[in-house]
Amino acid sequence: MGALFSFGAVVVLLLIPAIGAGALKMHSLFGVVIPYLAVVIFLGGLIYRVVGWGKVPVPFKIPTTCGQQKSLPWIKHSKLESPATSWEVAARMFLEVVLFRSLFRNLRTEKTPADRVVYASSKWLWLGGIAFHYSFLIVFIRHLRFFKHPTPKFVSIIESFDGFLQIGSPHLFVTGLVLFGAAFYLFLRRVFVPAVRYISLPADYFPLFLIMAIAGTGMLMRYFWKVDIIKVKELTLGLATFNPTVPDGIGVIFYIHLFLVSALFAYFPFSKLVHLGGVFLSPTRNLANNSRMVYHPNPWNYPVKVHTYEEYEEEFRDKMIAVGIPVEKEPPKEEEEKAETEETEGKE
Amino acid sequence: MPTFTRTMGLRGLLKENRERILNNWFEAIINTYPEETVKFLKNTKDKFHNPVGQTIKEGIEGILNELIGEGETDKITPFLDRIIRVRAIQDFTPSEAVAFIFKLKEIVRAELNSQALQNEELRWFDNKIDELALKTFDIYMSCREKIYELRATELRNWTYKLLERANLLAEGEDNFKIK
Amino acid sequence: MSKQAKPPKPDELAKSIDYKPPKTNWMETPVEFKPGTYCYGARPKYLEAVEMPNPREWSPADEDWKLPENWKEIVLEGMQDRLGKYRSYKLFMDICVRCGACADKCHFFIGSGDPKNMPVLRAELMRSVYRKYFTTGGKFFGKAAGARELTEDVIKEWWYYYYQCTECRRCSVFCPYGIDTAEITIMGRELTNLLGLQTDWIGGPVANCYHKGNHLGLEPHTIQSNIEMMCDDIEEITGIRIEPTFNRKGAEILFVTPSGDLFGLPGVYTCMGYLMLFHELGLDYTWSTYASEGGNFGFFTSNEMAKKLHYKIYAEAKRLGVKWILGGECGHMWRLVHQYLNTWWGPPDFLEVPKSPITGTVFEHAKSTKMVHVAEFTADLIRHGKIKLDPSRNDHLKVTFHDSCNTSRGMGIFEEPRYVLKHVVNHFYEMPENTIREKTFCCGSGSGLNAGENMELRMRGGFPRANAVRYVNEKYGVNMLANICAIDRAALTTLMQYWVPEVDVCGLHELVGNALVMTGEKKRTMDLRLEPLPGVEEEEEEE
Repeated sequence: MGALFSFGAVVVLLLIPAIGAGALKMHSLFGVVIPYLAVVIFLGGLIYRVVGWGKVPVPFKIPTTCGQQKSLPWIKHSKLESPATSWEVAARMFLEVVLFRSLFRNLRTEKTPADRVVYASSKWLWLGGIAFHYSFLIVFIRHLRFFKHPTPKFVSIIESFDGFLQIGSPHLFVTGLVLFGAAFYLFLRRVFVPAVRYISLPADYFPLFLIMAIAGTGMLMRYFWKVDIIKVKELTLGLATFNPTVPDGIGVIFYIHLFLVSALFAYFPFSKLVHLGGVFLSPTRNLANNSRMVYHPNPWNYPVKVHTYEEYEEEFRDKMIAVGIPVEKEPPKEEEEKAETEETEGKE
Repeated sequence: MPTFTRTMGLRGLLKENRERILNNWFEAIINTYPEETVKFLKNTKDKFHNPVGQTIKEGIEGILNELIGEGETDKITPFLDRIIRVRAIQDFTPSEAVAFIFKLKEIVRAELNSQALQNEELRWFDNKIDELALKTFDIYMSCREKIYELRATELRNWTYKLLERANLLAEGEDNFKIK
Repeated sequence: MSKQAKPPKPDELAKSIDYKPPKTNWMETPVEFKPGTYCYGARPKYLEAVEMPNPREWSPADEDWKLPENWKEIVLEGMQDRLGKYRSYKLFMDICVRCGACADKCHFFIGSGDPKNMPVLRAELMRSVYRKYFTTGGKFFGKAAGARELTEDVIKEWWYYYYQCTECRRCSVFCPYGIDTAEITIMGRELTNLLGLQTDWIGGPVANCYHKGNHLGLEPHTIQSNIEMMCDDIEEITGIRIEPTFNRKGAEILFVTPSGDLFGLPGVYTCMGYLMLFHELGLDYTWSTYASEGGNFGFFTSNEMAKKLHYKIYAEAKRLGVKWILGGECGHMWRLVHQYLNTWWGPPDFLEVPKSPITGTVFEHAKSTKMVHVAEFTADLIRHGKIKLDPSRNDHLKVTFHDSCNTSRGMGIFEEPRYVLKHVVNHFYEMPENTIREKTFCCGSGSGLNAGENMELRMRGGFPRANAVRYVNEKYGVNMLANICAIDRAALTTLMQYWVPEVDVCGLHELVGNALVMTGEKKRTMDLRLEPLPGVEEEEEEE
């Protein structure tokens, strides 16, 4: 149900540029205005979201400790799992962001008594996640060639690695396929693992379909319905240098691809995709486990009503005196004696 | 219980079809859990990560092995206990919790239907399952009673020293009065 | 019975009673309150005692929860307020991608199979409401954006499932963004508490602790006499009379421990261990009857209540003029001492950086909070050879160690207790790797769920733990489950009686007390439980 809804939404997104740029020839709108708008929304939205989180205070230092705390000098401290300094926190965050360490943790736990790794799906989730994110990153970097002239060196190097199979002309880029495949895997997982299907929302399927559509149109354009790459670069360089031009005769498939990318950019900040920015702010990961060493202030720490010792003693003074517990305020002499005798009588 | 001597027929067939019977039986029990959970209970092999699924699996294996062997109720009881102990504290009515033992009847019938079996053997098998079913009721009840007992014991443990003290004081007062 | 040979039909009975949940989307499946899975509603007197809203007689099984007229407004305002105060709350509402990595990490899900016990779904119960009222997408697209209306049924669902989470943080270990369901449960409880939806088992200890200083409401003379009774037992065992002091000004150290160890079994034996150790060291320390609770059920209520209850520790340290504070074995107490106390009431500059008077070790890692965990303290003593131990007195025990959730994932104290344990017992066996340390399984009764009426729930939640204990019991003959948490001591005892009755439960310092060779003691023939020490009698007979 959620998947169908999302699929429908992506189909609509496909049709808009097909009609708008294809049939109605609104090339400036789809080639310039919408991409600019999307980037503005993306940047503005992302900043808005991150600043929005950043403005909310972190009242308590609550790292999830996954290893030995720093305590006595002769006890081996787990610097990555229980970081005590900013550098150690940075290292923990680095591994988290770059290697998806927490997700990887699943691997080690899944062993039978015979030490055979069996719970494959966890491993697949980590692998699928890694494949998806890294291929996305490389695809993104590869596209920089369209926005910078001459093409930066590192982009060319990455491209040559990506096309290492040297199949077809132009050379097949592995990452495009991997991106599509990984997104498809993540989609299948949502459909076929009942527990994951149960928790999945339209908002989970939509970005997957959208990304599959982007990868799909990209590959179609590169390998099958080829477009005039010179003219495309003319357009994209124009965008990058704020000197937009719309050359004639670029195939409609390009406008579809560009529109879908714009849709992704605009959708990004307001969806679960912002986890990209959020992960850096997560208080269970980005704080040091040194809360007994370093005082952590809470900006909204307000005074609360408490039950003071004086009130406590007021209530229990007689009982305390009777059993010899020291008190702050001795009762008046006469009463004290009286109280004592009473208590002794009662006690014996 | 009536004592029927078993021929090699039933035993042999159970042994031959062991894997399939176990699979079907396991499936039937696991399918009593919510759909979203079934896959986890079925596929997670790590017994520490999936104690419910693995306990059931080990339990039914034990039961079937014993049935293939001597079929002594006393030896089967610990395996029944393991399974029921889990189901007795989950979201099942009493009948739902113990129904799994009847499933075996159904599954074995389906498996062995085509095979020629003597009535006597089938009757022995039916009687055996009925006997085990009665046992499961006993175990189920003992698990439930245990739960109630634990509530009481825990409350007493929580306040142990207070109670002890109260008793001492009471004794003291009694002595005083007698004097 | 007929003798005919007709093959019987498949068993109709078994077929007809298949348990299958209704096939509705989770948002449309209201919660059913089944006995054994929920705690009783708090009695009004407990709420009144600490001025909490909407005190009344109520039961979760009732149709009408007698919510205040404007309950919806209260909850939404409460959410708004907290979204602006806790980055964890706001962020965890926004960034979950529902990857499902956490789904099978929760002990309640593993033990019950209820899909709403998957951490991600537990959080979605609240996220769906958050989207409806606090995000543009949710406002416009409603269900398509995963949003839903806040109704009384939703409140009931929240209540049911936020009191089926022990705030153990196991899910947060596996989450790629570190989303901690405990943070969301904490908010769920804060919000429902605004409507007076407290449990009796939490409400009582909170009221008691506020007025009398500890969860059970022990008055000063009772605390003193309870501890004196323990001293009687110690005298019987060792021949040594211990005279602890109470509320003594000028002591060097204030000792604070959960009150569960002052009266409950088997906690008292742990407490006896402390008393013996401190006496043997000649430690200049005092107990306090006012700050007589290390634990804090307020934390299972609201941040504000937790802060109120934990005021007493520093206040008492200041009044008595001690130099630093030593804390006993407790789970959530140490989560709070480690991560919250200093922020609430510190920094306590009137105290000194903790320094062991016996070894001279300065506890640099506690230099701001000024509180040291007793396992750290004892590990340091053993390291410096300052106490004499005879681990053979524990030879009848084969011990395994349960890492408590709070001290594991909210503090990171793993090695200290193991170091102590290995010096006081000869037979120590770890449970399987994926059930200990940061991946430890909860006792199923933490965060105020250790009541009696929800026993089935507790047995479910504790099953993964018990299952691992059963494994070491069968493999190595383990018969003692040691831990450093007062709730564990009580709850695991019950858990073991149901799942692995061969295994008993004890605190770390009970084993220390048994092994501790005290100056001038008589020959030990009993352990701290006043049970004869196996081996000793035989020896005597031989002599």
